[in-house]
Amino acid sequence: MGAEHQITAGFMPLFDSAVLVAAGELGFAAREGIDLTLHRETSWANIRDRIAIGHFDLAHMLGPMPLACNLGLTPLASETIVPFSLGLGGNCITISNTVWAGMAAHGAVPDLDPARAGAALGAFIRERAAASRDPLRFAVVHPHSGHNYELRYWLAACGVDPSREIEIVIVPPPFMADALAAGRIDGYCVGEPWNSAAVAAGTGHIVTVKALLWRNSPEKVVGVRKAWAEQAPEALAALLRALHHSARWCQNPANRDDLAAVMAQRGFLGLPPAVQMPILTGHLRLGGGAELDIDDFFVPFDKAANFPWKSHSLWFYTQMVRWGHVAHTPENLGIARDCYRPDLYRSALKPLGVALPGANAKVEGALKAATPVGSAGASLVLGPDGFFDGQIFDPDEIDAYIASQSHR
Amino acid sequence: MIRTSLAVLVIDENRIRASIIEAGLREAGHQQVTVIHDVSGIARRIAEIEPDVIVIDLENPNRDMLENMFQLSRAVKRPIAMFVDRSDQASIEAAVDAGVSAYVVDGLRQQRVKPILDMAVSRFNAFSRMARELEEARSELESRKVIDRAKGILMKSRGLTEEAAYTLLRKTAMNQNRKISDIAQSLVTAAGLLGPAEDE
Repeated sequence: MGAEHQITAGFMPLFDSAVLVAAGELGFAAREGIDLTLHRETSWANIRDRIAIGHFDLAHMLGPMPLACNLGLTPLASETIVPFSLGLGGNCITISNTVWAGMAAHGAVPDLDPARAGAALGAFIRERAAASRDPLRFAVVHPHSGHNYELRYWLAACGVDPSREIEIVIVPPPFMADALAAGRIDGYCVGEPWNSAAVAAGTGHIVTVKALLWRNSPEKVVGVRKAWAEQAPEALAALLRALHHSARWCQNPANRDDLAAVMAQRGFLGLPPAVQMPILTGHLRLGGGAELDIDDFFVPFDKAANFPWKSHSLWFYTQMVRWGHVAHTPENLGIARDCYRPDLYRSALKPLGVALPGANAKVEGALKAATPVGSAGASLVLGPDGFFDGQIFDPDEIDAYIASQSHR
Repeated sequence: MIRTSLAVLVIDENRIRASIIEAGLREAGHQQVTVIHDVSGIARRIAEIEPDVIVIDLENPNRDMLENMFQLSRAVKRPIAMFVDRSDQASIEAAVDAGVSAYVVDGLRQQRVKPILDMAVSRFNAFSRMARELEEARSELESRKVIDRAKGILMKSRGLTEEAAYTLLRKTAMNQNRKISDIAQSLVTAAGLLGPAEDE
């Protein structure tokens, strides 16, 4: 007998596709009556195109990418919704040995503290500018990515204008470490394992991580073609349940070796288990012999990691506005608010009796410690979720937040 | 009125496929065709070439970089957008199916671009077909080799004639509903595990 639902999904060879990959490979999808076919892609543009023309029903996507589609910022855009998040954190900012030496001369130490590292980098950038040297060139994976927005947020909060004082270019993740080693770029923001790769090669230093810039912050999501979601609501709900079970399995430390073995296969990440250990354990080598354990470095399940908070979608929107990707209008704000769909997550998981957040949005940056919160069903712990500069994002005060960040 | 010919840039890491497309475009009367295999330094090349149309294979991992550059770079004098003729969903699907995409400078009429995209699509498809046929021919040759080795093993170990050995392989394959080459491969593997190498 065939499966009840046929679902085709695209993914990029990055570790944070793990929840989707494990759902297919370890039988979580099959147990929900789903025949899940996974296609590895080579660019986010391909994912976007194949979703748009119907090759894929859904895909592993950058958190801001569905917003960019719905806001009409990309070609071949099709309306895309987000009913599930694939985890929190997982990115780092890595710089060349030369930049590290320059930062160290201005007080940087290998402790990943974003404020200290940012201040040192700012001082180095001004020193170079005073000597009329070319601006440093940083790479991110895509203009509409958490990587671009967190790199910019960090620099801006440290007094560096990322649009004027550095150059930002796009480089595919697997090429980052090589581009850094070859001197084509001076630094980058990317997910693991492409930061640890540069450290292992002796060509880069990790200076800070997403988990310290904004603790438990959104990264990759499941982007679903809205037309498909409306036409196959039962298949989507079954898939969300499969992803929930898969995410729980991925979070369990006892399964780390098995998960790394799955991801190591050629059709998925295709890299040896050893290079996946930093993201699985949060134990990072920073370069120059320094090592550090990072709490909540990558969270695939805990802390309601899979809940598609509207406040996450709206924060991405504020950054799109901040950096000139989109105009702040009531229409655009509405599109951003409607893109993430906690209602679909909740209705799909309700039959499981698991902890579900009662609210659709939260004030980001308000929780200084892990906090039990009111939820339907079992208990749920959120946070901490602080931004490193102590700012708070209240989605009900979005105009004030945008105004406070407006470009000088 | 004489139309100036369009400058076409083909970005494809596959040299053979790129040259097939280039030949097709030249046959169709496009004289200004440039082929790039490696995207390093591409901003400078685009500034030099000033292409009207850019054809790129979808396997290229640099598509995100290129799309961003088309919108932002100072190297690009006129904005370049993806070829999307919204009235023609079928041609978009055909392009993605074939594994190719096209980008076009702002203001260029879709009718002038479509023949170029159609050409690229048909050449991409022809190339895939050729690659598939080559692969089939190669695996055919491989199976013939492994069947010969399996026959050799049977002839030696069971004293069969070549014809009897082949018949035995074919009968086993039919009984197990498998391909002869699969049975032969199993036999060769088993023989390798159980005894000294039969023929090397």
